[in-house]
Amino acid sequence: MNISRRGAFKVAAFGTAMVAGARKAEAREKKEAPADATGMLYDATMCIGCKACVAACRRANDLEFEKHSRLYDDPIDLTANTCNIIKFYENESESSFIKQQCMHCIDPACAAACMMGSFQKRQNGIVTWKPDRCIGCRYCQVACPFSIPKFEWDSATPAMVKCQMCLAKAGTTDEGQLNEVGQPACTEVCPRKAVIYGPYEELKAEALRRIAENPDRYEDHVYGLEEVGGTQVLYLTAKGIPFSKLGLPELGTEPVPALPVGLQHTIYKGFIAPVAVYGVIAGLVWRSRRQYDKAGEEVGA
Amino acid sequence: MNNQHGKPTPIGGPIMTPVMKICLTLAGTTAVMLVYRFIVGLGPVTNMSDGHPWGLWIAFDVVTGTALACGGYSIALLVYVFNKGKYHPLVRAAILTAALGYTLDLFGVIADLGRPWLTWKLPIFFWTWNLDSLQLMVGLCAMLYAAVLWIELAPVFMERWEQEDDKPRLQQFAKKWTPILMRAMPWLIALGILLPAMHQSSLGSMILLAGPKLHPLWHTGWLPFFFLISSMAMGYGIIVLETMWSRTVYHRYRETSILSALSGTIAVVLLVWVGIRLMNIVGTGKLGYALEFDLYSILFWLEVLLFLVPAIILMLRPARSDKDRGRLFMSAGLIITGGMLLRFSAYWFAFQPGDHWNYYFPSLFEIFVTVGFIAAEIAAFMYIIKRFPILTGRPSAALPT
Ligand code: SF4
Ligand code: SF4
Ligand code: SF4
Repeated sequence: MNISRRGAFKVAAFGTAMVAGARKAEAREKKEAPADATGMLYDATMCIGCKACVAACRRANDLEFEKHSRLYDDPIDLTANTCNIIKFYENESESSFIKQQCMHCIDPACAAACMMGSFQKRQNGIVTWKPDRCIGCRYCQVACPFSIPKFEWDSATPAMVKCQMCLAKAGTTDEGQLNEVGQPACTEVCPRKAVIYGPYEELKAEALRRIAENPDRYEDHVYGLEEVGGTQVLYLTAKGIPFSKLGLPELGTEPVPALPVGLQHTIYKGFIAPVAVYGVIAGLVWRSRRQYDKAGEEVGA
Repeated sequence: MNNQHGKPTPIGGPIMTPVMKICLTLAGTTAVMLVYRFIVGLGPVTNMSDGHPWGLWIAFDVVTGTALACGGYSIALLVYVFNKGKYHPLVRAAILTAALGYTLDLFGVIADLGRPWLTWKLPIFFWTWNLDSLQLMVGLCAMLYAAVLWIELAPVFMERWEQEDDKPRLQQFAKKWTPILMRAMPWLIALGILLPAMHQSSLGSMILLAGPKLHPLWHTGWLPFFFLISSMAMGYGIIVLETMWSRTVYHRYRETSILSALSGTIAVVLLVWVGIRLMNIVGTGKLGYALEFDLYSILFWLEVLLFLVPAIILMLRPARSDKDRGRLFMSAGLIITGGMLLRFSAYWFAFQPGDHWNYYFPSLFEIFVTVGFIAAEIAAFMYIIKRFPILTGRPSAALPT
């Protein structure tokens, strides 16, 4: 029993040593938006729900319109065919529109997930997808806290589709610049300037300025400033209609990759740790086998 | 020891038994179904969605399947690292189940991938590797380990080929490579311990990237530890079941005392596991979630019980002799169920993308494919132990082998 207990503790120690970094994992440094970062600011109080942005997104990305009823183009959610959508929230006394698309996170979980870097932050900090490195594992979908990347489920050669801020057409590689006019299709057509495009720092300042100037009009919360470490798409909402009602999830300030990626790098320490462990194990194996050999036992697997 | 347990020998006997025929039919049907799946895409045949992008194939074939294949490294760890030579007779069968399990895992992944034709780039295009990706670690370890396992098993095939005088090519090949293989073996065995440990713990960290979509009871930095330790315990459970199986089905009598001697160790390991699982929940202030008595808290307590009960069973009266094998069997079953539940919870039940997503339940197609994979594995196992020297143990006198 004694011996077996010792064995047990050895096993436990082996395991503990491998994950001892659990607490130090926060050490992963906080990422900042790149210097050339651009983004979008959507102001729900200014949107009239005309869906011009939805149609423009389709045109810019060559996406066919959706048909669920007898209406012309009536998408019900973001799909591999709809990268931008306007939804409507209503209760007894108030209502609001809400635009949804990729948030272009500052520390994107989709990019942390992807094995060969199909998803990456590229020009202007915009997160795009490259088809030539994607094997369709869908880990990016599991990882994205907003469930944004959409998979072409009904295709034998499926792509991962999401808003790429018109840096590239959805589902294609990022060859182009932003739309010819230098901004995404949706911000270009919006008749109310409810969604605008610009340098990230300017948008942040603008959002805060609007709240400061009109504290009665807005909730005192810029969505995307802090959520999951910051997103390059920012939101404002009307007073009394918190974002959670509009379908934007309540999220903490810690980037999603912080815990698992931090753990990983703490445990493996630039791969020195596994090599060292390997050496120790190989030594022990060698010793055991020599003893078995001496005892005249049969070797091999 | 050798005379007690004997050298591994093939079981012999006819290959095309009724069980074999059923397994091959299931596996064959699955192959045809997968051709169809690659033509129409994943959507029409599975119940996965953009909200639930991973289904049964990942939760079972990949995450649970490889844990069930952990007998190989549990036993290697014992024999070679803790220097417990008396377990040596169990090694070959354990390595074989591991090799089959990890191979199944790779096939399962291919079936699940949306763009599998690009997979060849993964092990080769190292300059594209995203070192932040937990899945990269999982994928590379699994591929490498599967290869290592088959090389570790190579002596089994060589032994047979060396005797095949009518196939001189094979014979020559075996004679030439056996000594080289033997010299490389310690290095391979060490890889065969390190890689699965890295793989199993990384499976635990991998799902942590689901972040807020993973229920807080499973979203903990200790998840890789829970996966790692439970995979070792599951490996032990699998060895117990495998030993009992070869005894009842193939009449290879092996003293269960070998396994009983381990039961005390396993009990302590399980207790440590349960202790840390509970301390972690309390320490991070998540006890409230565990006491809500909703689906998740029930899953959580069930998981804890499935590790705690076998620990108590084995602790109170450590299995000492062959007569205790009923208890051993039951504990093994509980441990395996507990490990499976942990994995199903983390990768399936406790993954909640948001209220507007329907709950995921696999389609019949998905279930059938998984069954087909298991059938293929069983068929391969039966074939190999009948034709190659895998199982040790004294063939029981009464029965022809
Ligand atoms: S919202 Fe999702 S898809 Fe978009 S950058 Fe963030 S993690 Fe990636
Ligand atoms: S599905 Fe493609 S883009 Fe998404 S993580 Fe997998 S390889 Fe990367
Ligand atoms: S175009 Fe502008 S106003 Fe019209 S729905 Fe889109 S964001 Fe709202």
